[in-house]
Amino acid sequence: MQEEVNLNTGSPSGQEPVNHNIVRFQDFWKKFYRNKSALIGGTLIILLILTALIGPYLTPYGPNAQNYDARLVGPSLEHWFGTDHHGRDIFSRIIHGMSITLRVGFSSVLIGMTIGVAFGVVSGYFGGWVDTIIMRFMDILLAFPGILLALAIVSVLGGGMNNVIISVAIFSIPVFARISRGSTLEVRELEYIEAVKALGASDFRIIVLHVLPNILSPIIVQATLNIATSVLTASGLSFLGMGAQPPTPEWGAMLSDGRNYMWDAPHVSTIPGLAIVVVVLAFNIFGDGLRDALDPKSKN
Amino acid sequence: MLKFLGRRLIQTIPVLIGVTVLTFSMMLLIPGDPAQIMAGESASPAQLEAARERLGLNDPVPVQYYNYVSGVVRGDLGNSIRSGRAVSTEVFGRMAPTVELAFYSTLLSVFIGLTAGVVSAVRRYTFIDSALMFGALFGLSMPNFWLGLMLIQWLVIGTGWFQGFGWFQASGWGTPQQMILPVITLGTAGSAIIARMTRSSMLEVIEQDYIQTARAKGVSEKKVIYKHALRNAMVPVVTVVGLQFGSLLGGAVITETVFAINGLGRLIINSIRARDFPVVQGGVLVFAFLFVFVNIMVDVIYRLLNKRIDLN
Repeated sequence: MQEEVNLNTGSPSGQEPVNHNIVRFQDFWKKFYRNKSALIGGTLIILLILTALIGPYLTPYGPNAQNYDARLVGPSLEHWFGTDHHGRDIFSRIIHGMSITLRVGFSSVLIGMTIGVAFGVVSGYFGGWVDTIIMRFMDILLAFPGILLALAIVSVLGGGMNNVIISVAIFSIPVFARISRGSTLEVRELEYIEAVKALGASDFRIIVLHVLPNILSPIIVQATLNIATSVLTASGLSFLGMGAQPPTPEWGAMLSDGRNYMWDAPHVSTIPGLAIVVVVLAFNIFGDGLRDALDPKSKN
Repeated sequence: MLKFLGRRLIQTIPVLIGVTVLTFSMMLLIPGDPAQIMAGESASPAQLEAARERLGLNDPVPVQYYNYVSGVVRGDLGNSIRSGRAVSTEVFGRMAPTVELAFYSTLLSVFIGLTAGVVSAVRRYTFIDSALMFGALFGLSMPNFWLGLMLIQWLVIGTGWFQGFGWFQASGWGTPQQMILPVITLGTAGSAIIARMTRSSMLEVIEQDYIQTARAKGVSEKKVIYKHALRNAMVPVVTVVGLQFGSLLGGAVITETVFAINGLGRLIINSIRARDFPVVQGGVLVFAFLFVFVNIMVDVIYRLLNKRIDLN
């Protein structure tokens, strides 16, 4: 499910000197604005964030308010998405669950990206044995296929959303490390990095001021796509019962609950899944658009 | 080729050692006393001490690791707490359905992915292209446990029709009726990834000079696409297919749970729930080893393909 971006940029906008940032941003904005999928995905994401922030104050019912007279009721005017086996309003639970989903997506990617990029840049910049050790370590993490690494970590740490965030973050470290290492290798060879080095700048200064800004585009694209992957992985863990604990309105867990009522109330498992699809789709569309807008090779 | 294979195998050794270090530390990191978990809640202090001695928990950590690895090398992964049987027996007994599931899903995703990707590339910027690519994006964005449940819900339960013919069965593994839905469930995301990769790879190749030359020479469009473009576009796709097979092995964990397939993934999940850590540890280790060797195979195939293309 993990899809690594291959921007394959000759050098990610790196041939221009860094102080052309503003021009570059305007250029990016123009491309971004013209790129339909970036615009649609971006708008969707903003709407989702607003829903997560404001929605919980507007829902008709509390996320855990039970009504035993209205259990497993199908979608109706009163309960837009129907109710579950405790008579809880699924629409309200979906809205309340939005912030959980987005929080897991954003924070796990933020953590995984920070650590992964740090590893990758150091690895690519210094090379030699530092590179070998770091990248071998990443290979070890990558040796656990798919969700298995996250699952193994959660089995050790125990369930709960914070542990899910940690395990999904670790799961995404190698992807960021590889991408930032690759881009760093290209940037490192540029003449002006040589020049800055000749002027006596410290390695730390070069990395922070000159390497990082030049490898940002592939990292941002990967981060966006990784939020999608992380949301899928985290909801998978919850579906398996390793993540959010009841009665948290987490979508994966809600879906798993609905499994017992597939015959009588198929909406209980259908709707949380649709919610996951919408969020993941939004980030995937946005990521695709960003890639096109940021990729110097793209022609529009 | 043999030299390459040898080098590749040697490169794998540090990774495999690292994997054993990680699975070994799982046991050190689990909250609580492993001896207590093994001996049970009601164990007397003497029993606890005996369990500790038997598990070698009184040894220094490096010695424990050494014992663990020498066990792994001999194929001894400890014993299950639940069943008391050797973990290796439990784990290897469950491997076949998982590998088969991943394999058939890969086949399906290659078939659908290639077809969709080529059609999309050939009919670039048409309605078909947009529809296929949106379909791919949608497939990529679906949680596979949800897709599995939806298939059961709407195909098996929703239309008694299919059941009447005995076509789909929503649990178990072995007969075609049992295998279709899990394979679709697991193969969908892979199809999507391969379709996207094929499309972009094809588009890149189609713009190359030699394709234009072939066209200018009057080679038929069909031949241009299928003989010249597709073959060269395949090279990056092969890598993706290999990676897919690996990640489908991981994805099998969830699919097996949805369809109650007694494979390695379900074994691990059930063992996590039962706190049967030796089985979890052994299962995770075997998964990782399997994945590493699949990756080596992919490298070898990639190299073989590349060589043939070089010769051509």
